Amino acid sequence: MNFLTHIGHAVTTVLAHIGKLASFTGRSVAAVFSPPIYGGLVVRQMMSIGYYSLPVVGLTALCIGAVLALQIYLGGNRYGAEAIVPQIVVLGITRELGPVIAGLMVAGRVGAAIAAEIGTMKVTEQIDALTTLATNPIKYLVVPRLIAAVIAMPVLTAIGDTIGVYGGYLVATQNLGFTGGTYLKNTVDFATHQDIISGLIKAAVFGFIVALMGCYNGFNSKGGAQGVGNATTNAVVSSSILILAADFILTAILFHTS
Amino acid sequence: MIPKIELRGVKKRFGSKVVLDGVDLVIEPKTSLVIIGGSGTGKSVTIKSILGIIRPDEGTILVDGEDITHVNGAARDKVLKKFGMLFQGGALFDSMLVWENVAFGLIQGRGMARRKARDIAFQKLAKVGLSADVGELFPVELSGGMQKRVGLARAIAADPEIIFFDEPTTGLDPIMADVINDLIVSTVKDVGATALSITHDMASARKISDKIAMLYGGKIIWTGPTGDIDHSGNPYVEQFIHGRADGPIKMAVKA
Repeated sequence: MNFLTHIGHAVTTVLAHIGKLASFTGRSVAAVFSPPIYGGLVVRQMMSIGYYSLPVVGLTALCIGAVLALQIYLGGNRYGAEAIVPQIVVLGITRELGPVIAGLMVAGRVGAAIAAEIGTMKVTEQIDALTTLATNPIKYLVVPRLIAAVIAMPVLTAIGDTIGVYGGYLVATQNLGFTGGTYLKNTVDFATHQDIISGLIKAAVFGFIVALMGCYNGFNSKGGAQGVGNATTNAVVSSSILILAADFILTAILFHTS
Repeated sequence: MIPKIELRGVKKRFGSKVVLDGVDLVIEPKTSLVIIGGSGTGKSVTIKSILGIIRPDEGTILVDGEDITHVNGAARDKVLKKFGMLFQGGALFDSMLVWENVAFGLIQGRGMARRKARDIAFQKLAKVGLSADVGELFPVELSGGMQKRVGLARAIAADPEIIFFDEPTTGLDPIMADVINDLIVSTVKDVGATALSITHDMASARKISDKIAMLYGGKIIWTGPTGDIDHSGNPYVEQFIHGRADGPIKMAVKA
């Protein structure tokens, strides 16, 4: 009997969480479409979500592009297909690795910061204070972050894509004996609009996930320093998992592979 | 006369824990009522229920005779504009300057021009005894007593009709506590506001209140003019105001 109670308790807890998250998401999205929108806050959040994430996203994209070129060359070498390096690099980066790596990096950098900031505001009653000053906390805190993340992530990913391809180009021309002109021509000829745009759509969705999970966990943090710590961890873990799950679903939808 | 705030049978439970078990309370206009009671008796929940931060499970809350228990959105914002609140820990926005904190409700909540709101913020800071240069600092650079004063200035910035004080003297030394008490009395009188405070500091309660109500077991068990508190004839009140460990109120040592 005790065993069954445990299962029942776990199921109701999970359902309660899903319900709370759904309600939070609904209220937040509704708030995005109802004025006023705090424009100044959106700009400030775009700086912290997009601009300040450039170094870390750029660096990881460069490394991923370089490693990808090397691996494909070594793998392709086994049956004489090493010339396909530029095509595979651009496909892998734009469709998959660019948005996913940027999403995971931003989840770690920005999702954690959002959860910690809002969580601290929650436990020090600053969110209640907003309410007493006739300011809706969802509008003031959540909406600017959601809008900023959905706009900034595709831009960040487009820059990351470019740097990633450049990483592959560097390795291919310096170490693998490709000529620069051929490499770039093969890259440009092969990549389609759909490759790039599908990646940018993914990036926008990942941005939404990161901002939403950061805000949700921040708003629901309890207690003191430990509660904020838990909220931060949960924000990063849940947004990372959701990004990977969404990546699969989006790929299936965008490329109709059923 | 219509009471400024009225609670009728307000109940609230969190999970299986009943916090408010039918609170009835009337606050007359331009009077100062203090709710006393031990830690964890639901004083904060009572205040947050009136503000709509927590939604009661049962009961009715009226402000100026209007039922606001289930009011949302723009109508709720309209009600909230009648209120100002001083939070226990100050709850100042640490990313903003002191004057921006004080002016926040004017700029964001009421759409006032920034320059005009700034002037009012500095007037309110002066009213709570803070000089203009404090306005240009960040809240973390201030002492606890100064943060309380800034919180007070923020609470009265929009000249609210009703001001809530959540443990206004907790964490302050006795002298600073008395300074804050004096400020509360003078600001409430100046603005002509109705005040509701919660505290377990009896010295503060006596000084800032016209009436006292005691919350125990999720209910208001005694209410009366401040002068009557010493001969309430209620053993719970007696025990609380004299701070005795022995009596009808049993403190749960284990949570």
